[in-house]
This record gives sequence, structure tokens and C-alpha cells, in this order.
Amino acid sequence: MKFERYGIGIAKGLALTLKHLFRAPITVQYPDEKLKISRRTRGNELVWFPDKCTGCGTCTKACLQGNIILVTHRGEENKFIVDKFELDSGRCIFCGLCVESCPYNALAMGLDYECAKYRRGDAVLDKEKLSLSEKHKPSAYFRPQFAAELPDQSLLLYNRKEGGQKLNLFPLSKRKRGPGA
Amino acid sequence: MTLLDQFQLILKSQNWPDWAVYLVPALVGILIIISVVLTVVIVYIWWERRLISRFQIRLGPNRCGPEGIFQPIATAVKILLKEDIVPEKADKLIHFIAPITVFVPILLIFAVVPFGEGAILADLNVGIVYVVAISSISVIGIFMAAWASGNKYSFISGMRSIAQMVSYEIPVVLSIVGIALVAGSFSMLKIVEAQSIPFIILQPLGFLIFFLGSLAEMNRSPFDLLEADSEIVAGYHIEYSGMKFAMFYLGEYGVALAYAGIITTLFLSGWQGPLLPPVIWFLIKVMMVFSVIVWIRSTLPRFRVDQLTAFAWKFMLPLAVINLVLIAIEVLVIPTAMQWIMILVNFGFAAVLILLWSKLFTLGGGRVEV
Repeated sequence: MKFERYGIGIAKGLALTLKHLFRAPITVQYPDEKLKISRRTRGNELVWFPDKCTGCGTCTKACLQGNIILVTHRGEENKFIVDKFELDSGRCIFCGLCVESCPYNALAMGLDYECAKYRRGDAVLDKEKLSLSEKHKPSAYFRPQFAAELPDQSLLLYNRKEGGQKLNLFPLSKRKRGPGA
Repeated sequence: MTLLDQFQLILKSQNWPDWAVYLVPALVGILIIISVVLTVVIVYIWWERRLISRFQIRLGPNRCGPEGIFQPIATAVKILLKEDIVPEKADKLIHFIAPITVFVPILLIFAVVPFGEGAILADLNVGIVYVVAISSISVIGIFMAAWASGNKYSFISGMRSIAQMVSYEIPVVLSIVGIALVAGSFSMLKIVEAQSIPFIILQPLGFLIFFLGSLAEMNRSPFDLLEADSEIVAGYHIEYSGMKFAMFYLGEYGVALAYAGIITTLFLSGWQGPLLPPVIWFLIKVMMVFSVIVWIRSTLPRFRVDQLTAFAWKFMLPLAVINLVLIAIEVLVIPTAMQWIMILVNFGFAAVLILLWSKLFTLGGGRVEV
């Protein structure tokens, strides 16, 4: 005798939705709360390491958009000195080919993902904006050496490992800020 | 004696003219009822949106005011400010009258809902029959809206609404008769006073039939075929916007409130309860009934049309008839002092009957997959 046909199925369904009532919501209230994205993301803009860059121009040749502007002059010992390393992030398609083509590991993709600007001119990034800083960090895309320092990706604001998904009925919306915030 | 009668006596002792003695308390009562209904409906809309999103592990509206409490007001303002569009091919007059025809009977139901001891607008001796009669008027409004819109989806919705109403009215009325047999009256006040034990315990099967039937009559999920978003867009109010749409929207929640009130009155012993004042008890019970309705909405998928009518005619109607006969025999045989026998017998019968009829209801006794 299968009890699924006698209302047990309905009771099971009702029990499941009732259980949902006692879970933390999975909603991420975006600008207030953020998830941690994948470590290997192809995020905003390149991170450029000036001390590693030889000015060889491989990245400019690899760029499908022809988007990277590199201006150099000859310095001591016949080495290139980079005068200008510029790209328009409005034209960048985040393919990552420049990073993959760089023979000296002088480029990495960024970890950031919010690149809205008020003016088009602000989207053009020069040497200073591209170089490594507290806000501007490299992702581990094609550069596994950075992976160890980066946090794991989180798909929920509260994952079970960090003691999340606890009952939090009152107040319903004011929750403790998640790890991504 | 209701509060209304007392008010009239006070006015009479103050030597007010006869017409004022009759008119003033009635107008005050109507004003109170309408304001209470509209306030509770706004709370309902917020509560449903918050609760159903919690059932779906979401947050729901939480930005507008504390816990999003002002969201329904913002929604109302948005709806009222919208342009009132009437389709070119629509039957203009009926298109205009339909929302009123839907909304007014729902307000009329509240005349016989007892909010507390004596807090009732009209203590009719046929109160529950009045509810059954009035509540079926709004389906005509729905059909008027569906017909007058001149839209094929709304027409399908209107046809479904008639089929649904005709099917579910009968089991609902039969389960009400079971209540009236035990209570010995059709009056809402007397029915509440008869419930020293709530009738949900005394007649579990009757409660189940009435609850499901009223879900169907207020067009709530899983019986929301006539506004099935995924099949017929919005059903009968597809061509409505602005104030007229707001009437349908209010009517939808108003009828949910009315039926929650009637279920509370008939089965959950109405305003009766310890400690708290009667009105608070009534509102708590109404809120609980509404929460269960939201719970069911968040869980169960929509019926197919054939399943809908089959469920009414093949499942609920026979059970309602058997329930009625059973209760009638029990009222004759079992003395009122030994109601616990009735409780035991009714629970036993409810379990057995539901199991049996589930077997019959499935095609080929469950051997055929549908």
C-alpha cells in the first residue's frame, strides 16, 4: 500500500515548506551583502607588475580588441622602459589572453567586479590604477601562485561550515553581516 | 443583545428622532467594519508576501518602512496612480460595473461575522445561509468582468470560475449543515456559543471539506485556476488597471479575510478564549487560518481543470453527504453530555473515509498512472 496516494505526499510537502520557515533566507541583499566570488575569476581590469614587465609588447599583440596601449623607450643596457601602459576597461572583454600570453608573469586578472564609472574617461586605466594596491588585487586566473592567499568561494551568505543557516526569525531582515560584506 | 441594539437604546433614551435612532448606529457600525476590513486587508497583503517568501527561503519586501510594513501602501498608491484603460472592444458599462459587483458582496459578508460577543452588525437568525447566498454573488461579478473584457483568456477564466463555484458550493453548504445540526441554529452568535468544544475537534471531516471548499471559493492556490498566471496570464482581470484592478485586488484579500473569519466562527469557536479580550482572540485565530492558507499556497501546485471538478464531485461531495448523515445520526443517538464519543467516532470515520475515497479517487484503484 503506497501511502503517497492517501495524502502522505501532501503532508510531506507541507512539512518541507514548514522546515524552510526555520532557515536563514538565501537572499543576498546585494550592495549591503556580498558573496565571495571564485578565486579564478576573470575580474575587473588587469593587475600589472611594473618590476616584472619588460615592455616586450606580447600582451598588446594578444589583445583581440587592440585595447592595450604600450609606449616604451630604450634605457640603460638596452632595456625597454615603459612610459605608458594603458587600457580602456570599457572596451576590455575580459578574455584573459593578455594574461595567458605574458612570458614574464607581469600581468594577472583582477579580483574585483564592480567597474561602473560615471564618466567614460574614468574607464581608461593608466599605470598607477593598474598596479597592485590594497583595493586592486590579482585573481588566481592563470596565476595559481596567488590562489593560496585568496578566500574560498561562497555560494550562500551563510554556509554551514561557518555556523550559518541558523534560525533567525526576529527581526526578519536585520541579519548579522555575512563574510562577504 | 448586540452592541448595535444597545447603541440604539442609548440614543432612544436621549430622545433622538426615530430615523436617527435607526440610521446613526447602522452608519457608525458600517464605518467601523469597513475601516477594520481595509486595515486588516493591508496587513494581510504584507503578511502574505513576507510569509510566503519565508516559506520559499527568501526575505520578501523589507525596504519600505520597518520590516517592509509600508510596502502594501506603496503598492496601493502605485496601482491607484495608474491609467484606467478600457479596451476598445470591451462592453464598457459591464466592464465598469464588474469590479463593484465583485467587491460589494465581499463587504456584505462582514455584516454577519461576529468579531466579539455582540460585536456583530446584523445578528440574522439565518446568518450562515446569508453568507452562502451573498458570497456566490461575487462569482457573477467575476464572470461579468471576464465576459466584458472581450479577451479570450479572461473568457476561459470566467468559464473556469463558474465551473469551480458550481462544484464547490455544494460540499461547502453540506458541511455547514453539519455544523447547524450540532449547534441547533443558523445564527452566527448561537453557533459560536454552542462551541464549548471547537467544532474542528468535533467534526474534523466537516472542517476539512469546508476548508478546502472555501479555498476553492476564494480562488486561492491550489484552486487558483481562474487567475493561473502561467496559463491564462491573469484570468478575469487581465484587461483591468488602476482603481478597477485595485477593487479586484482588495476583493481577493477581502474574501480571504471573510472566509478566514467564517472558518474561525464555525470551527475554531470564534471569539472565545481565555485571558485576552474577544476581539484579539478573533483576530489571532483569523491570522492563524490565513497563515495556513499561505502555507498551502506556498506548497501545493495548481490543479488541472479536470482534477479540480473531479475532486469536488468524486471526493468532496460524497464525503460531505456521508458526513452529514453521520452527524445527523449522532445528534439523534448520542446525548449532548457525552460529546467525547462523537469526537472519537468522527475522527475514526474521517480517517477511514479519506483512505477509502483516496483509493476510489485514483484511476483504476491506483493501478493506472495519470
